Amino acid sequence: MEHGTWLTGSLIYLAAAVIAVPLARLLGLGSIIGYLVAGIAIGPWGLALVTDPQQILNFAEFGVVLMLFLVGLELEPQRLWALRKPIFGWGSVQLLGSAALLFGAAALAGVAWPLALVAALGLAMSSTAIGLSVLAERNLMATTSGQSVLSVMLLQDVAAIPTLALLPLLAAADVHASSSAWLGAAKPLAVIAAIVLGGRLLLRPALRWIANSRTPEIFTAASLLLVVATAALMHAVGLSMALGAFLAGVLLAESEYRRELETDIEPFKGLLLGLFFIAVGMAIDFAVVLDSPLVIATVVFGFLLVKAVVLWAMARLMPLPPLEWPAFIILLAQGGEFGFVVFQSAAGAGIISKPISSLLVAAVAISMLLTPLLLVAAARWWVPRLANGRSSQIAEISEAQTAPVIVAGFGRYGQVVSRMLYANGITPTVLDHDAEQIEALRKFGWRVFYGDATRLDLLRTAGAASARVLVLAIDDVEQSLKVATLAREHFPNLAIVARARNVQHYFKLRELGITLVERETLDSSLMSARSVLGLLGWEPHHARTLAMRFRRHTVRQLEEMLPHARDEARFIAMARQGRQQLEELFAQERQSAQRARREGWSDKPPADS
Amino acid sequence: MADVLVLAAHPHLASSRVNRALTLAATALGERHVETRDLYELYPDYLIDIDAEQAALSRARLVVWQHPIHWYSMPALMKLWVDEVLAFGWAYGPGGTALKGKDLWLAASTGGPEDSYRPQSYNRYFFDAFLPPYEQTAMLCGMRFVPPLLLHGAHRVSDADLARHAEIYTSRLLSYPHWPELVELDAAQPCDVPAEARPDDD
Repeated sequence: MEHGTWLTGSLIYLAAAVIAVPLARLLGLGSIIGYLVAGIAIGPWGLALVTDPQQILNFAEFGVVLMLFLVGLELEPQRLWALRKPIFGWGSVQLLGSAALLFGAAALAGVAWPLALVAALGLAMSSTAIGLSVLAERNLMATTSGQSVLSVMLLQDVAAIPTLALLPLLAAADVHASSSAWLGAAKPLAVIAAIVLGGRLLLRPALRWIANSRTPEIFTAASLLLVVATAALMHAVGLSMALGAFLAGVLLAESEYRRELETDIEPFKGLLLGLFFIAVGMAIDFAVVLDSPLVIATVVFGFLLVKAVVLWAMARLMPLPPLEWPAFIILLAQGGEFGFVVFQSAAGAGIISKPISSLLVAAVAISMLLTPLLLVAAARWWVPRLANGRSSQIAEISEAQTAPVIVAGFGRYGQVVSRMLYANGITPTVLDHDAEQIEALRKFGWRVFYGDATRLDLLRTAGAASARVLVLAIDDVEQSLKVATLAREHFPNLAIVARARNVQHYFKLRELGITLVERETLDSSLMSARSVLGLLGWEPHHARTLAMRFRRHTVRQLEEMLPHARDEARFIAMARQGRQQLEELFAQERQSAQRARREGWSDKPPADS
Repeated sequence: MADVLVLAAHPHLASSRVNRALTLAATALGERHVETRDLYELYPDYLIDIDAEQAALSRARLVVWQHPIHWYSMPALMKLWVDEVLAFGWAYGPGGTALKGKDLWLAASTGGPEDSYRPQSYNRYFFDAFLPPYEQTAMLCGMRFVPPLLLHGAHRVSDADLARHAEIYTSRLLSYPHWPELVELDAAQPCDVPAEARPDDD
């Protein structure tokens, strides 16, 4: 920032992002391209508003750290443990396979071996920032390919440590470095152990203590401090900051503060990631590109192709659902920000020359710029071809549907709804976005379409304009609300029957004007409560009536609380009061029943004279 | 303020001719004149809101039970309504005076034709023989049981006859309490249930 004031800098970055990102989204290119183009525009080769991209790149890399912390928060230790095979197995296959092939190709092309090795290792990495952002933006995180991409990227983060440690060895062929390498390995291990133990034992009480201070901004500060401190600790011993943040996230995934941490960190992550992409755009050295365009093109397409071959083989062997191949291959084939670090360190250590280093950095940056474009292209040309081929059934929904009912989300909830409809001669149009799930269901003869219901065009194709009922059975709260909002706005005549994950979700759906909302566990829990009463000696029919009246009471109570849903204190007071009312009501009835000395089959004594 | 309350009960209103026509006709009169409560629509789960039903009864002077005759009696939900809403200590028994002085009118239809309700025919009894439970229910609550409006042979009734029947029904609902027969009808006999008459379960 040559103007020396953070104000001008912020002005430039924010303005560039605010102009470029909506434009890119409008063109259907996704926000990442917007950021990258904004970076090119304000960088040294565009308007030259910013001339030192490196500095801002280092700062913005922290966005990647925050992102991995958030990814970790979503991944409980058990789930991470379950991922150990994909991480170490498939992750190693990708990294070592790609690196070996790249090294071989470079060596064959006559490149000196230290350079070939550094380039191979640096180019084998993939951009976590772009990969995970794309997965989140397209809502693919929970799919098989999403998990595979995450696994491979986690291994790359782990592998970053030995890769960087290798560089000095390559540089000087100093043999006595090995003795200190052992010492060097002890420190990182100690730090990781400290993070794991500290995270388990200290973090939760500390967070509780901070939360009890009831100062929201201090909790936000603590959240950030937590990530910064972990990252700093890892950095101090030469480990990947992102990996440390990820670990901290995993350790807190089960804590009661998970949601709060998430909402606090999320905006910082978004902005810093944006800044990071801008910085990547700025970092593309167009002088190098223009100097030797052919060499750059060969390097970019060569390494993309080699990695794609490895990934394609992996996708076949894993196996991944064919429709998820494009995202898997394209996201992992691109170069990554870690490549920048490798090449710069290698240049610093004198293994490769400065021009070669900038050339490789430019190649990686270009591949990152190409990735979103490739994804758009793949969605247009590759995915339809895949869909027409072997697995013609799971094409994204493309033909207009006319069924009177649309079921969005075909998990456990949507399936029961659909089966009941089907049993009564109604075949709904079913939308789900998990290709694997769809493939499995197709085997049972269900007509399920592949499509993200949060997209207006797909809702329209599914027949939202002419259908009478939309069953909103999506389990993800945010997506459910997104679809609900879309449907209310664009298809006012479409009645919505919604599944609510919890009370907050219930209220939000009600606030959108949806009246037919069911809390997903209420009825099954009440059935269990009936069984308990039955086992304790209540007559079955009496237990049923009690359960149904309990249900009526809670539903009414919720409706009464609806206007106060945003007023937490009032809300809690009303909930408490409501519970008391119900207890009193039931106690009163028990009493009057006892007084009448009869408990017939109903709660109010019937007339029999 | 409507002082006529129609309680309609038909488990399959969509496949009913007579009761659908009557319910629609009663509803069309508007809340201001006649409050129509379709029990099967209100309580598809048979979970009757006793407070709401008792409140509706308190507002009315004429209570109409409009339903098909099922097995010589009322449909199940109507019977459950009687069991739960006409509670001891509210509708009858000590302090049970909420319905005292009101009128109860039955508007029923039967599938069998009128001449099936003959000693020689398959229903073996005149239809009147099935009315005492209704009459005594009204009496116990201190209500007058007004002679019922009946339509026999509901499956075979012609459209014209059905229209005429609905017309009679609505004009009666609208003209209450100016009905000629009410003048001659005595007030309900007091049927006081002594407090100790409650049967003991154990």
